[in-house]
Amino acid sequence: MSIHSRQISRRTMLAGAAALGLTSTLAACGGSDDGDSGESSGPVKLTYWSWAPNMEKVAAIWNKKNPDITVTVSKQGSGAETLTKLITAKKAGNAPDLMQAEYQSLPTLVSNDVLADISKYIGDAKSDFAEGLWDMVTLGTDAVYGVPQDSGPLMFYYREDLFKKHGLSVPKTWTEFAETARAAKKAVPDAFLTTFSANDPGLFAGLSQQAGAKWWTVDGSGKWTVGIDDAATKQVADFWGGLVQEGVIDNQPMYTPAWNNALNKGTHLAWVSAVWAPGVLVSSAPDTEGKWRMAPLPQWKSGDNVTGSWGGSSTGVSTDTKHAEAAVKFARWINTDPEALAALVKEVGIYPAATKGQSGDVLTTPAFFPNQKDFYDTAAEIAATTATAAWGPNVQTAYTSFNDDFGSAAKSKKESQFASALATMQKKTFEDMKKQGFEVTEA
Amino acid sequence: MTSTPLKGSDRTAVGPLADGTGTAQTVRPSRTGRRGRSAPYWFLVPALVLFAAFTVIPIGYAIWLSLHKVKIKGIGLGSGAREQVWNGLGNYTDVFQNSEFGHSVLRAFGYGLIVIPTMLGLALLFALMLDTPKARSAPFARLMIFLPYAVPGIIAALMWGFLYLPSVSPFYYLLDKFGLPQPNLFDGGNLYLSFANIAVWGGTGFNMIVIYTALRAIPQEIYEAARIDGASDLHIALKIKIPIVLPSLVLTFFFSVIATLQVFTEPMALKPLTNALPSSWSPLMAIYDSAFLKSDIYGASATAVVLALATFVLSFTLLRISDRYTREDAA
Repeated sequence: MSIHSRQISRRTMLAGAAALGLTSTLAACGGSDDGDSGESSGPVKLTYWSWAPNMEKVAAIWNKKNPDITVTVSKQGSGAETLTKLITAKKAGNAPDLMQAEYQSLPTLVSNDVLADISKYIGDAKSDFAEGLWDMVTLGTDAVYGVPQDSGPLMFYYREDLFKKHGLSVPKTWTEFAETARAAKKAVPDAFLTTFSANDPGLFAGLSQQAGAKWWTVDGSGKWTVGIDDAATKQVADFWGGLVQEGVIDNQPMYTPAWNNALNKGTHLAWVSAVWAPGVLVSSAPDTEGKWRMAPLPQWKSGDNVTGSWGGSSTGVSTDTKHAEAAVKFARWINTDPEALAALVKEVGIYPAATKGQSGDVLTTPAFFPNQKDFYDTAAEIAATTATAAWGPNVQTAYTSFNDDFGSAAKSKKESQFASALATMQKKTFEDMKKQGFEVTEA
Repeated sequence: MTSTPLKGSDRTAVGPLADGTGTAQTVRPSRTGRRGRSAPYWFLVPALVLFAAFTVIPIGYAIWLSLHKVKIKGIGLGSGAREQVWNGLGNYTDVFQNSEFGHSVLRAFGYGLIVIPTMLGLALLFALMLDTPKARSAPFARLMIFLPYAVPGIIAALMWGFLYLPSVSPFYYLLDKFGLPQPNLFDGGNLYLSFANIAVWGGTGFNMIVIYTALRAIPQEIYEAARIDGASDLHIALKIKIPIVLPSLVLTFFFSVIATLQVFTEPMALKPLTNALPSSWSPLMAIYDSAFLKSDIYGASATAVVLALATFVLSFTLLRISDRYTREDAA
């Protein structure tokens, strides 16, 4: 009984503390709002939600140069949770002026009226970006919902030393990739070329884009089409399912202690990843510095030259902002100005989306790849071949289904299960859109 | 919270009583009476305000949300694309038609069937052992058994996750060294045992302390009388101690049932490590998934209301059963 009452009294105290905290935050909000509405008097104040580390250092450069527009960075968590937070903030009428938004979240944010159409203020920013990237922020319409910030073109990373040791060749096509996987298994029976991770829908989406998949499309009359189980994606799912069934590709998820161990010890000889992979390898496989090499992603048809992307985000302006023009000015500056791009590379560690940010001397060879001096030259060539992704308003439903259904398919190690997982992913995504009231058909 | 209204009602009882007995003094008591009548409400105000702000209003809002849904208009992009409309009990029928949620509830029950008997059995056993006169270094042992409870659940889950993964676990290393079979702890039924192990490891200490405290409250004279009658320590434990601490056992049982229905931390922390855990493994994970990943707060609210009601009904039924049982026992 004594434990019980003590528990309650502590809970009440916490609630009291929370109430006090809340009131002071509310008061703070009210204060800053008042300041903002005084349009002509004093500088414009903008808040910017971002999860990237050190983003405030880049904003500080802007603030020094533009005393009339002050940007304050507010740190957020990344991924789906931030998306929900943004939607909730919009409902409450206090979404931030500026936000970092992943490409696949854009349709969801636009559908929830969080992102404003900034085409009125954006000018000729389009020319600063590769066409594939720009299409992702327009959603194929005349509107513009953000300025691309970073991109994650897919590449093939392999252990140069181990490939040489076991006489493995770097695959140029997916057929060769399968042969290399078999050869690797033969050479080192307890190792795998790489794994199929059911925890990373973003990678699967990127691989499907490379094959030409269009998961969501919308026509002029506003009718959506869900085509997750289209021929291209089926090809990708069957390919990986076949290799997992054969036992030459691992079925365990990425980003686990076991996976780190496999990369570090060399029981995974390669990794299909994006341009940001060196940053991951530094912490996941610290003992392998200088042993990796990057090559273009294997192709479906020999002679082709196309890649997909994994990750990447844009800077959007919210519909709640009272200073859309100022916000767009900042969004354009941070993603296209040479000084800002240099700071983004140096401080934030991103691979810039702007074409001019991908060349030049700002991007120095990653310290983890001292053996590949032309890392970023190759990366820029690959980035230029990125296929456009087609995202829809319920990406998260598809992603959750990928986790669950491809998870059990990977666990079963049966190719047929991969095919049925894809069909389930299509069905769940389609039905969810239909239930929400979208006009939608299946491809 | 309970203490505030009790104190308040004591005062109101005193006021009128003083009025009734002291008829001669008419002015002063009535003044104190008036002040006395309003006083309890002032004492109640802080609790009521907090209770309303952090319990009643959020629950009310969740219920209101659970009766609505979003309707998409046209292409579903831009302003005015979404409209919140009345959905009646639509979200609730969805909850009951949703087989994923049903499965998550069944999984929680399966998990509870392993955790609760094991954890409470061990807690009772340890409490009884610590309570025997022969127990040596009891304070130290008590601390050691309690210590895992002080480890935050998320850290415990991550730590056990490491120990469960074959390529990084020292246990697997030893199993490998001695040529013993290496079970997959994330597969099928083993998964339940793996989670149950974390819960038992973390929860036994707390329940043991609750039971042990009840044991310490038993007057020593009863034991002396039993010993004179020739009862052994085992007899005393079975015939005297367990019946007397039964209310504590019932209490810990309720805590455990509720904790089981709300299991979240362990499966959430271990989910990224394996293919075997769907995103709606436990009921709370299913709610989290629809609220914070799929941004469907309406469906999530309905599911949460159903889970809360089910927990309430289950607790109430169990309480009635145990109440009847203990009363019959006493009679």
